Amino acid sequence: MRFFLRRFMFYVITFWAAVTINFLIPRLLPGDPVSALIAKNQGRISPDATEALRALFGLDQDVSLWQQYLDYWGLILHGELGISFTYFPTPVTEVIQQALPWTIGLVGIATIISFTIGTLIGTGIGWRRGTWADSLLPISTFFSSVPYFWLALIAISLFSVTLGWFPASGSYDRSLIPTWSWEFVGSVIYYGFLPAMTIVISSIAGWILGMRNMMVTVSSEDYVTVAQAKGLSERAVMFGYAARNAVLPQVSSFALSLGFIVGGTLVMEIVFSYQGIGYFLFTAVAAKDYPLMQGIFLVITLAVLFANIVADFVYGVLDPRTRQEG
Amino acid sequence: MTITSPFGQPFGDPLGLPLGQPDVRTPALTPVSDPVLEIRNLSVDYGYDGDPVHVLRQVSLTLERGEVLGLAGESGCGKSTLAYAATRLLPPPGLITGGEVLFTDRDGTTTDILRLNDAQLRASRWQDLAIVFQGAMNSLNPVFRVGRQIADGIRAHRPEVSQKEALERSAELLELVGISPDRLRSYPHQLSGGMRQRVMIAMALALDPQVLIMDEPTTALDVVMQRQIVEQIADLRDRLGFSVIFITHDVSLLIEIADRIAIMYAGEIVEDAAARDVYQRPRHPYSSALLHSFPPLRGPRRELTGIPGSPPDLSKLGGGCPFRDRCAFAFDACSKVNPELVFPDVPGDDPRRSVACLRHDPAAVRAVGEQPLPVPPELSAR
Ligand SMILES: Nc1ncnc2c1ncn2[C@@H]1O[C@H](COP(=O)(O)OP(=O)(O)OP(=O)(O)O)[C@@H](O)[C@H]1O
Ligand SMILES: [Mg+2]
Repeated sequence: MRFFLRRFMFYVITFWAAVTINFLIPRLLPGDPVSALIAKNQGRISPDATEALRALFGLDQDVSLWQQYLDYWGLILHGELGISFTYFPTPVTEVIQQALPWTIGLVGIATIISFTIGTLIGTGIGWRRGTWADSLLPISTFFSSVPYFWLALIAISLFSVTLGWFPASGSYDRSLIPTWSWEFVGSVIYYGFLPAMTIVISSIAGWILGMRNMMVTVSSEDYVTVAQAKGLSERAVMFGYAARNAVLPQVSSFALSLGFIVGGTLVMEIVFSYQGIGYFLFTAVAAKDYPLMQGIFLVITLAVLFANIVADFVYGVLDPRTRQEG
Repeated sequence: MTITSPFGQPFGDPLGLPLGQPDVRTPALTPVSDPVLEIRNLSVDYGYDGDPVHVLRQVSLTLERGEVLGLAGESGCGKSTLAYAATRLLPPPGLITGGEVLFTDRDGTTTDILRLNDAQLRASRWQDLAIVFQGAMNSLNPVFRVGRQIADGIRAHRPEVSQKEALERSAELLELVGISPDRLRSYPHQLSGGMRQRVMIAMALALDPQVLIMDEPTTALDVVMQRQIVEQIADLRDRLGFSVIFITHDVSLLIEIADRIAIMYAGEIVEDAAARDVYQRPRHPYSSALLHSFPPLRGPRRELTGIPGSPPDLSKLGGGCPFRDRCAFAFDACSKVNPELVFPDVPGDDPRRSVACLRHDPAAVRAVGEQPLPVPPELSAR
């Protein structure tokens, strides 16, 4: 239990540091684009929102930095991230709330699929190293070395433009109303298939290779030989002893890659015009929508942090040795 | 408990011994041979390509039922390779190139382990022949509790046994080797080296095997722990009646426990005799030198000499005796013929002992047109 408590403290401190940096950066930026934007939108931003913006961006020159810092924490803890300029007067939190499920849903599922299939293939190839199965490696490595936007563009031109099997952009049929109906969910899956495919294809090689190499290493461990000597079935040795230990490093990189989903899907969402968090970040940057940008950065930071916590926790559950540090 | 030994006796009999049958140990020198494991002309190469290294060359060994057979030799002579090959656990690039490993069950049926198919092999492993590996430190999976690792071996062979029963049985096994049963819930890293070693021994005894191969089970431990474990193995053998191949490079340890000792040099058996004979009347120059390179654990001290030179590179062995460069008794014929195991040329010796040295084999010397030399007094002590 002490292990988890110690880790918890570590994350509280990391969270504090992340928020503090997020607080400081706009204040350290040269120039004052925010004042200019407020001036430009004069009258359309309510006095309340202006107040919040001032606190978020440190425009309150008559308030000490320390007081600003405290106010900023107050806003964050109340879940207030200001009001988006581009989607005025929608609060940033609402914009993020709309975008996040799409990103997490699509990229999250694609990453889970890629991890699961890649790890299983890697297990098989690593277990039977030196057979025909090894020839799968160069193929998958080829796809992962193609730049992602290139792969995505080829997929679009082939499967949407030429063959017309899948839509080239968007996340669901715009003529449908978003509900939990079969029709709508089916449309979401249909629209998400191509982007998900490209993510899986470009990322699976990493999982295959990582797992294969760990399997090769672990297969020569004495405890695997002992498991063989005990006469366990091949499946039991392969999954229960070899893969069970080989998967440990995979699990931590998996959790980390989940954390990077939120920030790392910019290119995919732009190419496929998929309105997830990356797409909104892109438009926010283009429109100099500082509140939205800052809000998204905070969400990205939190996602990475959260993924780290999950990774630590899962690792602690899977590997008893990590629970026992001095 | 529903697990029964091959005799139909339940394990963990509250009155008697916790395992299998009582003492069926055959005295070491019975004239009637009742082998449980016979290794015949086993050869192993490392490397598949052009010129593989012949690490084991025509090794033959017989393990009698209830006997402790010690296998000794310098580091790198192929002891572990023999253990791995006999259990078909040889890691690549090792390859068994010939020979037989005959296992005779209690009911008298004999099977060649090297010719079993995959399913038969898995069924036979641990049940007939269990092994304790050299690296006991790494023999336990670090992510599973000790109890689970003992239990899964039991359940792999006795699917009808529940996990709870298998764990109860594991607890008995731990007690058998002197570890508190609550250690079942420990992870390997929470145990000391000696405890892990005992856990491995307990695990090997889980299915009441007839043969136990122990590859340097005590090498990583201090002398006191070594003694304890060796005594424990001897004690368990007396109680449970299994047969042991005990591998070590420390001959003095074998004198303590073994009934018979085989001395290995550069991938070949060079001497095979009753323990006392090897100790007091070595016939091979290498056995004699090996004995003088270790302090005896008990008995009078003797001068330690060590063996001059170092073991030959197995990939560069030509014809002739591999030991000749380090041998004080080498003569012309030694570079021409590689000696085979023969009865020693010393009248009155135990007829079951054998030695591979040209000093004892005048016929082979004459066959290559050389003049045989007599057995030196150092190698013909009575
Ligand atoms: N993978 C391999 N490739 C080539 N040669 C090998 C390989 N593994 C072992 N050998 C050689 O096989 C020989 C026998 O090795 P083995 O491990 O059986 O020795 P050992 O008698 O058990 O030694 P020790 O007392 O140190 O455990 C050694 O000379 C070693 O160099
Ligand atoms: Mg060895």
